[in-house]
Amino acid sequence: MSQKIDQDHSRFRKIVRGKIKQNLRKYISNGDLMGRQGKEKVSIPLPQIDIPRFRFGPRDQGGVGQGEGDVGDQLAPGEGEGGAGEAGDSPGEHVLEVDVSFEELAEILGEELELPRIEPRGTDRIVSQRLKYSSIRRTGPNSLRHFKRTYRTALKRQISMGAYNFDKPVIVPVPDDMRYRSWKVEPLPETNAVIVYMMDVSGSMGDEQKEIVRIESFWIDTWLRSQYDGLETRFLIHDATAKEVDRDTFFRTRESGGTMISSVYKLCAQIIEQEYPPSDWNIYPFHFSDGDNWSVDDTALCIRLLREKVLPAANVFCYGQVESPYGSGQFIKDLREHFNEEKDGVITSEIAGREAIVDSIKTFLGKGK
Amino acid sequence: MATLPSYLYELQLGIEEKARSHYGLDMFKQVYELLDYKTMNEVAAYGGFPTRYPHWRFGMEYERLSKSYTYGLSKIYELVINNDPCYGYLLEGNSLVEQKLVMAHVCGHNDFFKNNYYFSKTNRRMIDEMANHATRVRRLMERFGVDKVESFIDVCLSIDNLIDPMSMYIRREPREGSEEVEEHSGPIRLKVASSYMERYINPPELFKGEEPKDPQAEPELEKPPKFPLRPERDVVKFLIEHAPLESWQRDVMEIVREEAYYFAPQGMTKIMNEGWAVYWHSKMMTRDLLDSSEIIDYADLNAGVLSGGFPFNPYKIGVELFRNIEERWDSGRFGKEWEECDDLAIKRSWDRQLGLGLEKIFQVRKIFNDVTFIDEFFTEDFCREQLFYAYGWNERSTHWEIQSRQFRQIKDQLLGMLTNFGNPFISVEDGNFENRGELLLSHRHEGTDLRVDWAQDTLVNVYRVWRRPVNLQSVFDETGKILRFDGKDHSEKTVETNN
Repeated sequence: MSQKIDQDHSRFRKIVRGKIKQNLRKYISNGDLMGRQGKEKVSIPLPQIDIPRFRFGPRDQGGVGQGEGDVGDQLAPGEGEGGAGEAGDSPGEHVLEVDVSFEELAEILGEELELPRIEPRGTDRIVSQRLKYSSIRRTGPNSLRHFKRTYRTALKRQISMGAYNFDKPVIVPVPDDMRYRSWKVEPLPETNAVIVYMMDVSGSMGDEQKEIVRIESFWIDTWLRSQYDGLETRFLIHDATAKEVDRDTFFRTRESGGTMISSVYKLCAQIIEQEYPPSDWNIYPFHFSDGDNWSVDDTALCIRLLREKVLPAANVFCYGQVESPYGSGQFIKDLREHFNEEKDGVITSEIAGREAIVDSIKTFLGKGK
Repeated sequence: MATLPSYLYELQLGIEEKARSHYGLDMFKQVYELLDYKTMNEVAAYGGFPTRYPHWRFGMEYERLSKSYTYGLSKIYELVINNDPCYGYLLEGNSLVEQKLVMAHVCGHNDFFKNNYYFSKTNRRMIDEMANHATRVRRLMERFGVDKVESFIDVCLSIDNLIDPMSMYIRREPREGSEEVEEHSGPIRLKVASSYMERYINPPELFKGEEPKDPQAEPELEKPPKFPLRPERDVVKFLIEHAPLESWQRDVMEIVREEAYYFAPQGMTKIMNEGWAVYWHSKMMTRDLLDSSEIIDYADLNAGVLSGGFPFNPYKIGVELFRNIEERWDSGRFGKEWEECDDLAIKRSWDRQLGLGLEKIFQVRKIFNDVTFIDEFFTEDFCREQLFYAYGWNERSTHWEIQSRQFRQIKDQLLGMLTNFGNPFISVEDGNFENRGELLLSHRHEGTDLRVDWAQDTLVNVYRVWRRPVNLQSVFDETGKILRFDGKDHSEKTVETNN
């Protein structure tokens, strides 16, 4: 039954959406949302959605309570029923938190940044099958017996045969009454994507640079997840050598060594080759660095690796250069010199600071590839 | 919505019979509906009324309630609305003990609605009225657009606490011809047809004190009377009457105002109303209704309802006060003799065996509201026995902490919170401020500042109604200030204030 409140609720959700959209750039650049993600939802704090009124400031107001304790004793927030006081440094301040699914968040991101939907490669080729238990049969294994249906059939039969005793309602199913769950096979077009995140963790990449990468990767994840049914992420870090790590380590590691970008490209190419055949996968390598590379020779090697191994397999190759006080920022120039965005599918973006994250996301994802 | 299954209906009849004939509660006819938790949340979001005008904030409330229910943080056992017949909603799936408790509790509310003076002016057909409001608003939305009407409702709600709830019970305007109307004392100069008659009709000796009027002089520009004549507490009414509103806007604002007045008594009597209901449910449960197997469940439930702590629990303070009053009037611990007795030993064993307790609390539920209730019966003894304290925010430790156990301070704090239901006193001071048709609202500062950002946002909304610059005079950080919004920018200036 649809409820009257549904209409009001959807109006409210619309307002929430509008607010998120309006503040999206702010949310992106201060990285607020990442600490708040659950499995399927993000909890977004929305200030001032409630109707403003002339009210007293909360902090000036004390109150009256009941219980043991001496003057000067601290009161635990939320003690007792009601517990309107909130923890932290903002007592009684009512910040509305709304849950938004990643899907919806991606949609908002897409609308705000005007991101085109991605047309997946090879959709038609990749088909898997799924079993869906949606029908009923008269035969089957006992483990799939549908108790309710069986009972109902038996009841129907007994009543129609006049065998049902209202005073002693015992239902005895006969084999003919048995009903079993059964499956149907559904073809399931599947489009899978893998993001290979690569990051330079050499000494010149500071905490702020990594934070930027973290924020940016969160949004890239969010968007690509909305575009593909299955999304995998891999994380590679490198200084002079490269290795694969998990997500946490990826953002925490800090090495002090030099930088050889070719090492990570090699590893990336290897992973793609072994695990992600391009015919089945949409592949997104993202590389973040401050643009310093060990030598000109190594850069040449990088170019070769990209051209021969990585680019043919990837949908696009994205390189984000985070500005750092130590990096020379040379690498992006080299890439631009050797590759053409349209022809080779290499997208480069310079990220000067947090404010630039939004534009950089748009650069990366705005091509619809 | 389902009607009550027969076992609950029989339970209801039994409880109400008991309440009426045995305990003397005087109730409206009670109608219950059994709701599943979704519908319960919906009705609760609508403030107890199944049909309200469409507005997003109900959706917001619904989301909050649903989420809190899903996470197991809260559950609405019961909802009851002040209407004749009185409607109550029960949650499907509550245990029998819970349903019993709720029904007994609702008897208390119902009796309170019917008999407390502050509810006497409310519309007892509000359930229909709300539905009518809904129809009116829907019709306006069809004609003028949902967004337009809804955003104007936002504006109205933003000021719906600026009403004058007490105006329902008292007369603010002086009666015509009463002493308050300023009369011209002394003789009045009469109009004279021809100048030679002046001397005879208005003999000069009679007007000795007054300046002789020079008939040749320019007639003095009469200063327009103050507008409004005296500060208007009902800001919403003032705006309805004097702001340049379109008729549909006036309609919406009237609806919002009417509903605000309807809900006002509930804010005025929260402590008493809940206290009264708890008083009766615990009395009836423990004396009549409970099965011995249900005692533990009941005690558990009741402990949840009556937990102390901070901020104070209106249920607890309410019921404890009623019990305290009953005890005092039973044993005669009131009046001059009691007050003047200094001997603790005598006081401790004081018992005049008057047995007036029950009569007294029935009287109290009839004529008091929260402010007068606390003012009259919150005694020092009670305060100490019930371990009350006043708390405040400690900037350094960034925690709430107990600040005082002083009776005076606690009581003042409590009364301060209840006065005007914790809303600031704001009235229309001048509808033609600076002679520029601007609006001047003034806040009677009583120690607590308004929140500046909220105040500014609210001013923006007031501007949308008044359509000329709006001003709010108040005190911030101990300096008198006028906040102003002129349609584009906020500004403020410091002013001299007398408070």
